[in-house]
Amino acid sequence: MPDPINFTIDGRQLQAAPGTLVITAAKQAGIEIPAFCYYEGFIAKAACRMCLVEVEKMPKLQTACTLPVMEGMVVRSATEQIATARKMTLEFLLTNHPLDCPVCDKGGECELQDMVFRYGAGESRFTEIKDHADEQQWSPVVFYDPARCILCFRCVSVCSEGMGVGALGVVNRGVNSEISPNLHDHLNCDECGMCIDICPVGALTSGIYRYKTRPWEMEHVGTICTHCSNGCKTTLGVRNDQIVRGNNRDRSGLNGEFLCIKGRYGFDFTANEERITSPLLRVNGKLEPVSWSTALQAVAKRFTAIKEAGGTFGVICSTHTTNEENFYLQKFARQVLGTNNIDHQRTGDVVTLFDALSGTTGQLATIEDFYKSKAVLIIGADLSQQHPLLAFQVRANFRHHNARLYVTGEKPVREDKIATRAAHYSDLRDKLAAEPGLLVVFDDSLKGQAIRDLVAFGSTLNYPVSYCCLVDDSNSRGAIDMGLVPELLPGYHPSNQPGMTAAEMLANPDLDALWVVGANPPGAIVSTKAFKVVHDLFLTETAQKADVVFPSASAYEKTGTVTNVTGEIQRLTQALRVMGPKPDLEIIGLIGREMGVAAQLGPWISDKVLTEIRSTIRAYNVPLPLIDTGGAAQTTPVNGRIPVETRPELIQSQHDNLFTSGTLGRYSEILNSVLEHQRQ
Amino acid sequence: MPFNEPNPAEVRIISQRFSLENSASIDTYLANEGYAAFRKALEMGPEAIIEELKASSLRGRGGAGFPTGLKWSFVPRTSPKPKYIMVNADESEPGTCKDRLLMQFDPHQLLEGMLIGGVAVDSHQGYIYIRGEYRYLIPIVDKAIEEAYAKGFLGDNLLGTKFSFHVRTHTGAGAYECGEESALLESFEGKRGIPRIRPPFPAVSGAYQSPTLLNNVETFSSVPAILRMGGANYAGLGTPKNGGTRMLCLSGHVNKPGVYEVPLGFPMMRVIEELGGGMRNGKKLKAVIPGGSSCPMLKAEECDIPMDYDSLAKAKSMLGSGGMVVLDEDTDMVRVALRIMRFYQHESCGWCIPCREGTTWLKKILTRFVDGMGNENDIVMIGDLSKNMLGRTFCPLGDAAAMPTIAIIEKFRNEFEEYLANGPRAAVPQFAMAH
Repeated sequence: MPDPINFTIDGRQLQAAPGTLVITAAKQAGIEIPAFCYYEGFIAKAACRMCLVEVEKMPKLQTACTLPVMEGMVVRSATEQIATARKMTLEFLLTNHPLDCPVCDKGGECELQDMVFRYGAGESRFTEIKDHADEQQWSPVVFYDPARCILCFRCVSVCSEGMGVGALGVVNRGVNSEISPNLHDHLNCDECGMCIDICPVGALTSGIYRYKTRPWEMEHVGTICTHCSNGCKTTLGVRNDQIVRGNNRDRSGLNGEFLCIKGRYGFDFTANEERITSPLLRVNGKLEPVSWSTALQAVAKRFTAIKEAGGTFGVICSTHTTNEENFYLQKFARQVLGTNNIDHQRTGDVVTLFDALSGTTGQLATIEDFYKSKAVLIIGADLSQQHPLLAFQVRANFRHHNARLYVTGEKPVREDKIATRAAHYSDLRDKLAAEPGLLVVFDDSLKGQAIRDLVAFGSTLNYPVSYCCLVDDSNSRGAIDMGLVPELLPGYHPSNQPGMTAAEMLANPDLDALWVVGANPPGAIVSTKAFKVVHDLFLTETAQKADVVFPSASAYEKTGTVTNVTGEIQRLTQALRVMGPKPDLEIIGLIGREMGVAAQLGPWISDKVLTEIRSTIRAYNVPLPLIDTGGAAQTTPVNGRIPVETRPELIQSQHDNLFTSGTLGRYSEILNSVLEHQRQ
Repeated sequence: MPFNEPNPAEVRIISQRFSLENSASIDTYLANEGYAAFRKALEMGPEAIIEELKASSLRGRGGAGFPTGLKWSFVPRTSPKPKYIMVNADESEPGTCKDRLLMQFDPHQLLEGMLIGGVAVDSHQGYIYIRGEYRYLIPIVDKAIEEAYAKGFLGDNLLGTKFSFHVRTHTGAGAYECGEESALLESFEGKRGIPRIRPPFPAVSGAYQSPTLLNNVETFSSVPAILRMGGANYAGLGTPKNGGTRMLCLSGHVNKPGVYEVPLGFPMMRVIEELGGGMRNGKKLKAVIPGGSSCPMLKAEECDIPMDYDSLAKAKSMLGSGGMVVLDEDTDMVRVALRIMRFYQHESCGWCIPCREGTTWLKKILTRFVDGMGNENDIVMIGDLSKNMLGRTFCPLGDAAAMPTIAIIEKFRNEFEEYLANGPRAAVPQFAMAH
């Protein structure tokens, strides 16, 4: 470890690691040096000049964002000269900045407002005519107002350096400079909205949130995004029990400030008017709204009858429901209904990976590892499309640490520009052997034996390799961990009597009951006598065939925990209260109570179920304070053989892209409008 | 024919071939000591060349006046990266018109200077960044390059040695800021002409992040003469620490505007009287801009001063690019202030707040003032805003806009007050500015 540097800021004697910038060192000491254009993680620009400080022995004022601390350096940021400099810079900026605060969406959370309050003059001396340029709309979700733009260029940085998309640039010169979208007057990009949230003022604004409310009128709830498996925190702005916006400006969560279009905008499915709001019962061939008691009694009666007659149940589960719901459901199926016919849409062969890694520890990657690993090998996956947080982490790793990236797979991917491509990972043996470490991430192009081969290859490298088996959805990993598969009990214990897979259930002509919770499996239900119970938010194709439909609450409307692709468990926080839909946990519990098995199942309260999970599955015995405070805890993986037959043909990723997300995506008007815009 | 008649008071070192027929051709050059310095340089080697330059006290002729020998010594000759020679031919400082003549009438002298630079820093590739407005010069310079290749003064294994050197011209696209060395490099690399954060300086990290020796056309053009006559002799032509001769671009209200080569230290009044043939129409001198519009102007009573870097710096101005503009008693200094500010506002690259917004604000105040709608507070504001741009901007363009404005408002405040008292002066029609 190199010796720390000793220096002084505003009379305080401090220490920092060599290479630390003055602006960062000051922040670490609680001294704020204001800046617009400086943003941690991106190349310094020294453009806004707000961060100028006095440095002894240097004749000119220096920008704190480009100056590394040096031994014996004496910095002054609280002098009259600096106060004047900051005041003047703000006054200069306000000469052309329109006084739009009353109608500008950023009002209340605007960095320019904050700075002017803190460092600016009370009045402007500018009495000339301001330059003006009209506002532009670049996409359904992105608006740009050149007059408000302070030309800090953060948006250009986040789009090119951060996202690797580079859809924003600068045109014209001097005071006529403007940010320009890549297609001259509109954008062709990921629509992630990073530019909007990184903009310190109201130059880039969200088309979704436009004119809806003021920041202080919303309640901000941080919860886990319900779309892909990366497990990003999204802070939802809620007003009058409606989600008005999502972002992650407080940089909490595994994702820091990153969010993709789904995390940021893909919440509006909750308010889609096609939401099912009451239970439905098929009466005379038609689904009719009925009361909860009617629906619950219908299900309980029929389930009890089938059970007593020794009939065949089939349970198809969700990749979005919480761990508590999943655990409770499989408990219901196995202990009450007496069946192992439980399955869900498996999207990654996690089981084979764990089996292949038996006997080792510490070889499963975390989200942070994607940022820290010295080398990353991406097999098959298009991370930018399907796992945007992982793509962001890998790109930041490359930018900040010069990590080496390697890709294999059929299609070209965005990482190709900064990676070495090979036809097969074995072609990279020499290069990989020379690396100090490696993280391997793979999608469903590797299943079964192919995964064992990969792990065998990895063990020939003279260092422990970390692996990540990609799965699709927000709780796909939790689904397997909780044993929502016919051959495994919770915690990867093999069941002594494996049941039917989902495909087998659908194809079974003698199925007596099919219980589908939050899934829409393709394919016909062969059994004509099957009593079909479906939980969902919408009348999907499966729900339309049901005998009883229950309205489910979405992840934003309940509590519980979910486990992301790297096995990190996080808590959901309820953002919305809904009238009508109920959390699936409650519905399952109510069915159980109706059947008289409530005592056997236990309370349908998610915290209580979590307690049971933690005592049943060692991997989930994580420190509660960590997840209670909004953090993520890594579930330690099973360390032992999993003697089950791998069925690679069952593993199938849906290969969503940035704008699709299964059923939830279908009913998100925002995602659909962006898809339309893309097609034009 | 060169632009203006030579004057006996000149000491023509780098402009000595201008009057020769076909001065730009390599045959003329070779018949007049052409490429002899390059031969000498190959024998001297890098250290000796740089020592000679240091002894000459040649200073950058583009504007900043940085000691050239010292700059050349900063380039890490032994770096494994390729080293580049970059000629700054983006002559855009208002009042300056010398580099165009050097390229038009003696391009081989420039190429020889580049070759010597290549030997000094172990560079084998040179570029000449020519401003877009000088498009007519590109075929001329390209022809000289072609001739040099044909006669074995560019290419591989030159003059029987292992030394190779290749040169290519590159065109700018009309931006003053691209005369700033780091913005020039950005533009050269195909990016927006925005200056870079320094350090690192171009000598260490320039074109393509490699060590780059970047100097003005006139600076490179002076190098062959220095090697031929010896650094000490060159230095002796001027004054201590201000060696040699330089081209002065004399314009304004004199009888004989033109480009004249004078020794450093030549008195400013002699420039006006002897070279310029005195004030036009018998008018009295009011002010002189010594070295391009970025330099604070000198009032008539301050003009008894030698034209060298140090004397002008002591007078709180600069020798700069040698663009000397002479203004007579009828000149409307308020309009001069506006004209200067309009230039910098137009050329501001827009990267940093104080320059981009400051020049715009100042231009608006000065426009309103010139139109007769000014007030007492404006005079205060003009000075205040300029002072608050000074030293706060990302590159010296902000300073270049601020310093002359501060000088005008301080030295000619009375003219601003007269505007307030008597209304704006009528513009001279043929010099009226379009708004």
